Amino acid sequence: MEHYISLLLKAIFIENMALAFFLGMCTFLAISKKIEAATGLGIAVIVVLTLTVPVNNLIYNNILREGALAWAGLPNVDLSFLGLITYIGVIAAIVQIMEMILDKYIPALYSALGVFLPLITVNCAIMGAALFMVERDYTFSESVVYGFGAGVGWALAIIALAGIREKLKYSDVPDGLRGLGITFITVGLMSLGFMSFSGISL
Amino acid sequence: MADVNAKQVLFEPIFSNNPIGLQILGICSALAVTTSMNVTIVMCLSVIAVTAFSNLAVSLVRTQIPGSIRIIVQMTIIASLVIVVDQILKAYAYEISKQLSVFVGLIITNCIVMGRAEGFAMKNGPWLSFLDGVGNGMGYSIMLLFVAFFRELLGAGSLFGVTLLTPVNEGGWYITNGLLLLPPSAFFIIGLAIWGLRAWKPEQVEEPDYKMSRHTHKEAF
Repeated sequence: MEHYISLLLKAIFIENMALAFFLGMCTFLAISKKIEAATGLGIAVIVVLTLTVPVNNLIYNNILREGALAWAGLPNVDLSFLGLITYIGVIAAIVQIMEMILDKYIPALYSALGVFLPLITVNCAIMGAALFMVERDYTFSESVVYGFGAGVGWALAIIALAGIREKLKYSDVPDGLRGLGITFITVGLMSLGFMSFSGISL
Repeated sequence: MADVNAKQVLFEPIFSNNPIGLQILGICSALAVTTSMNVTIVMCLSVIAVTAFSNLAVSLVRTQIPGSIRIIVQMTIIASLVIVVDQILKAYAYEISKQLSVFVGLIITNCIVMGRAEGFAMKNGPWLSFLDGVGNGMGYSIMLLFVAFFRELLGAGSLFGVTLLTPVNEGGWYITNGLLLLPPSAFFIIGLAIWGLRAWKPEQVEEPDYKMSRHTHKEAF
């Protein structure tokens, strides 16, 4: 149990997707002008990550990994080079399915998430989490915890940035720095703040 | 777009319409690889190759793709190209590919590749699309190399792994700035680079969301 809590905290704070690995930066910068939009996107990312990382984990361990096809009588086959295209396919499919399910059963949530769902397919944080999961050789239960934690960390970062930007628009920023420039500097300062978590381990 | 010529398509993205500085594309996957020049150059070449060839391929099949599934088609083309690049790196530059770790794979979701395929290659011929891919890849590379230059020089006192400023712990005089090897510094350098770029080309400055009114009456001075 302790191992999982430690993994969760590590995924949320120490190895924060957005602030330590720069993943999902495009959406991170583009959709962080309003807190409401940022919250919607954050929730969508948490849900998608919690689903896609474990599914990709199952696919990798049972089909793609070297020797994983032994159950089908093909012990020498190594399909890991197909990894990238599989993960992106799985992600796109899950996002699409989620969109249809939400549309049918929870229309309120569907309209709240709106355009953010399709955007998530090309969010590097989702793909990045899948690749990190493979690289670090997580087990299935670890991948569930990691997916959830990575999502929460990303959501936390974007909501915090949106909060700062809402205040920031009333400040007098030098011309050339306005908009994108000052946002980068803000994110840098936030990232510096998040680094103070780096000593924590349970 | 009849007036587009090859030169413009190739060089426009480098400064005037820089993918990172202005279009906010492709910041995602690559900042983490800017701690040393060697790794950065490999990353840049990979991105240029993928953008150029994906643009070329998408442009070649653009008239045959049905509109409703174009994203999937583009995704498949890009993913296949990235797999090729990944396998080549693993075969010929194993050390560097280890350092790049997941970031080669993340070229797939790099918005520059997708953005140019969707925004340019779907509407233009193969040759122009190819040049546009190279141009945007170079615009991206310039920003990345700029960041990597400062991070490696000031953070480790070297360039391309060759020591220029001898650090103190090796008996030299230069006290390395460890912060520059950590993630936050990349954000600061890009922020400042954008400031510089916009000071040079003022037409890129964004409109303020909120205009500050002037002080009109004095109180308590």
